Amino acid sequence: MATTSVRQLPKTELIMPGTRSCAGCGLMLTYRHALKALDEGKTIVAVPASCMTVLHGVYPITPVNVICINNPFAATGAAATGIVAGLKATGKTGYTVVAFAGDGGTYDIGIQALSGAFERRVNFIYVCYDNEGYMNTGTQRSSASPVGAITSTTPILAKLQQKKEMVKIVEAHNLPYIATGSPSYPLDLFDKFKFAKNVEGSRYIEVHAPCPPGWGFPNRNLIKMGKLAVESGIHVLFEIRDGKFSLTSRSLALANKGRKKTVSDYIKGQSRFRKISPEQISELQAFTDKRWNELLERHFKDSGDA
Amino acid sequence: MGQVEIITANTAAAFAAKLCRVQVISAYPITPQTPVTEELAEMVESGALQAEYITVESEHSALASVVAASQVGARVFTATSANGLLYMHEMLHWAAGSRVPIVMACVNRGVGAPWTILNDQQDTISQRDTGWLQIYCRNSQEVLDTIIQGFRLAEQIQIPVMVCYDGFVLSHASTPVDVPSQDEVDRFLPRFLDRSGINGGTPMNVNPLILSDPRLGPDDKLMPGYMEFRFMLQRDILNSLQIIESVDREFSDVFGRSWGGSLWKYKMEDADHAIVSMGSLASECTIAADMLRDRGVKVGVVGVRVYRPFPASQISEYLSHLKTVTFFEKDVSYGFHGAVAMDAKAALYESASRPSVSSYVVGLGGRDVRPEQLAEATINCIGGSTGHHWLDVRN
Repeated sequence: MATTSVRQLPKTELIMPGTRSCAGCGLMLTYRHALKALDEGKTIVAVPASCMTVLHGVYPITPVNVICINNPFAATGAAATGIVAGLKATGKTGYTVVAFAGDGGTYDIGIQALSGAFERRVNFIYVCYDNEGYMNTGTQRSSASPVGAITSTTPILAKLQQKKEMVKIVEAHNLPYIATGSPSYPLDLFDKFKFAKNVEGSRYIEVHAPCPPGWGFPNRNLIKMGKLAVESGIHVLFEIRDGKFSLTSRSLALANKGRKKTVSDYIKGQSRFRKISPEQISELQAFTDKRWNELLERHFKDSGDA
Repeated sequence: MGQVEIITANTAAAFAAKLCRVQVISAYPITPQTPVTEELAEMVESGALQAEYITVESEHSALASVVAASQVGARVFTATSANGLLYMHEMLHWAAGSRVPIVMACVNRGVGAPWTILNDQQDTISQRDTGWLQIYCRNSQEVLDTIIQGFRLAEQIQIPVMVCYDGFVLSHASTPVDVPSQDEVDRFLPRFLDRSGINGGTPMNVNPLILSDPRLGPDDKLMPGYMEFRFMLQRDILNSLQIIESVDREFSDVFGRSWGGSLWKYKMEDADHAIVSMGSLASECTIAADMLRDRGVKVGVVGVRVYRPFPASQISEYLSHLKTVTFFEKDVSYGFHGAVAMDAKAALYESASRPSVSSYVVGLGGRDVRPEQLAEATINCIGGSTGHHWLDVRN
């Protein structure tokens, strides 16, 4: 049953005041709603070196009321594997193990350990919060950065390549549950974590997490930026349950009504796109349209089967 | 009661892990370590060993997963060699910093490039400064016994332990090994004490970001900074020298075998000269010493069993009064000497009297080392040749 009102969300806050994340952080809001969907005291979070490390505070103080285990950058999938195995071997039951890594820790340095964990069918949820670059180290290019984006390692020419389609790689592992989300759609996000919690096996949730300092937009525009990404089709909200694809939330509505926003509408409020060329805008629009049409086709095909 | 079996050091290592009732094993295959992982996998699949076996996709993940499993309260084991160990490098530091009591079998092999699968000790020596204890074994019995001792030690001091033994020379050579009974091992090694605190569901942030200076906690208690944690690791590693000795003594009480703690001696009582070495090469040095004794030269052997922590004062006590000391080792610190010779010479610096010293790098990449060569080099040292040399190299 879909959550229809924020009033239905649990009131308990597991993230207290005093995190070290930036104002208007898309990850922070994502984490807040994810933890509301998971069981208090029964959630173990595995974290690589990332904005998540910073969010969790500086020793000996942490503002997050969970069991968090920090790990080296490349190790998230393997550490989660070890946590799951250790809990099982020592008879600790009823825990949900959730890994939270950024796009650098997922698309790039962590992909080997992640693929290994998925292939072994490790019973955990892996969350990639995609803020489209190495934001914690100061906005360097990752393979999730979009074409035309200025980063501190593509400072003059901007990124020349389209972002990697990570979800397709994840899908090749035939997981029981894959979903995308956005902090701008917290009810959809909450429902997906709630559902994922009760699925057995490896689960993947990819969240498009707008980053005010990294993308160059005012903190107050966080929700707006996340919504524009979905409205334009840059980010699409969907889930795949045992291979069955369906659009959700705003993306589902857009499937029926059609998209009104373009890539140009999305990029104009972000200073990282200040050097994007008209050709690159066309490329990004074409990449977005192609992907949207593929997903739309899949949605209608799979919902027709039902 | 145990029973004598004809087994390789790799099988001895697998038997030891089983006898220690390890709960999580994670490993990635690399020659010459592979039989350890295969035999443990079979034990787990057949139900002979109740444990989780993780078939990881790399050595980095092997160590990452056992660190995490240990953090949630499991007794863990892994094994590797050569480039696999090097691939773990980041996780080696992470494991020691995490203060997790992992025991890892390191089957010594030369490292590429160029490729060799044969034995030397460059792999573990190059991981010297990662905060692990390193124990070098001279035969398969010692491998089995040291893994059992290793868990006792690691769990007492909360520091990971590498049990190192020579690839092929020991790993693939079958010899008689007294395999103790489960009862005996249980008497020596209690069930794993779960210190994770996970079961209480208490919120925690394990291995967070930390500042260099001590910082007040929420209850106004001053907590350590990064440097204090590093100092505690160093202090506890140094203090472990005594614990290594006591664990070896207690082991001897239960099993009737002692391995000498940090160092072992061979015919040193009346010796004027010593050969110092590590691992199976140190065993071979005893043959060279016997050959020299037959020629009337009073030579003994000091075997370095524990390389980290380095038993510096004991080394100094054993060697300072001698006329000469010759070092043989299967590693080099490029640009200087062999690691054991360097450390032993530093240990001798404080002594009022010091022996004349020569050091040899030998047997890299499986190059055969014969006792005659060791005896010859030792005689040269006794005859006044000092300095650093490579044995049996054409240049």
